[in-house]
Amino acid sequence: MSRQAVVDRYFMEHRAKLLDVAAFLDRVERGGAEGDDFRMAAFRRAVAVLAEPGASRARRILELLSDPTDTPIDSAAGLKGAFGAYPGGETPA
Amino acid sequence: MKYIDPHIHMISRTTDDYQRMAQAGCVAVTEPAFWAGFDRSSPRGFFDYFTQLTEFEPARASAHGIRHYCWICINPKEAEDPVFAREVMSFMPEFLERPTALGVGEIGLNKNSRNELTIFEEQVALAADHDQLILIHTPHLEDKLKGTRLIIDALKSRGDIDPGRVLIDHVEEHTVELVLDEGFWAGMTLYPDTKMTPQRAADVIETYGQERIWINSAGDWGTSDPLAVPKTRLEMQARGHAAVTIDRISFDNPNDFLRQSGKFLVDA
Ligand SMILES: [Zn+2]
Repeated sequence: MSRQAVVDRYFMEHRAKLLDVAAFLDRVERGGAEGDDFRMAAFRRAVAVLAEPGASRARRILELLSDPTDTPIDSAAGLKGAFGAYPGGETPA
Repeated sequence: MKYIDPHIHMISRTTDDYQRMAQAGCVAVTEPAFWAGFDRSSPRGFFDYFTQLTEFEPARASAHGIRHYCWICINPKEAEDPVFAREVMSFMPEFLERPTALGVGEIGLNKNSRNELTIFEEQVALAADHDQLILIHTPHLEDKLKGTRLIIDALKSRGDIDPGRVLIDHVEEHTVELVLDEGFWAGMTLYPDTKMTPQRAADVIETYGQERIWINSAGDWGTSDPLAVPKTRLEMQARGHAAVTIDRISFDNPNDFLRQSGKFLVDA
């Protein structure tokens, strides 16, 4: 698809998604003045990637949200799900 | 139009879903053995599950004109206890011999632990010993990239695994190239919350090509959509992709991979 065709087809949908992100950030602020947990810290870094030049933004954001270590953890006992961002030692509230 | 959904957990879906999938053009599904949302209390629970996958579910599907095939394994979410996992593995071979069992899967990693990796490696060995195809589950979210790397390293370190007989599933933009570059097949899962959308899947095909790649719904007991494959076909059609490309991703590619089992058969 041409650049113009992509914009014509998807602009309205992604305008709405952009507003969802903006409203989500507002909602977080309204929830109190305490600092971000590791997920929101990662989210804000990911939002900054959106404004960077070049393609592969989806890939770069996924990498930014990934566990960067390369050795297996000692045990998965009691762990099933994932958080969506790498705690890096912290655990979510 | 005909399509194959090569990864869907039909035991969690209703007969209405079979009917809707058939109406949308689904002619075959393959169902990997996985976690049921809760841990089974004993290895015998898997014996019953494998019986359901190989006996009851093919009959339920065929009432709607859909061929049902399956994969057999101990899944990574229940692989943390090696004693338990090995007991399940002890009766896998008898189920792998069944006429609709296509191979070992979906094995892989969940939290990237040592025990998960050990049981993954033992099941790869079991697959190699029995000349089986392998279907691999990669972890979700922040665990996916690391898990995909660990899985690829483990497969390559053996030296006897033909990557053309291994499909690594749930790839996203940050893992698809790792998988394809090593000669493995890649699966894209159209799962609303944690994996891919039809739009992103179409983007990946436009970026990385149509070789050795398929799409699936991974429909299960969670928030998922058993019609995700036909929806992605429509997305590609709306973007102007040729019918031959759309058929390749959603019919010919899965057919080519699955036929290597010697059991998968679907009318073209
Ligand atoms: Zn699955």
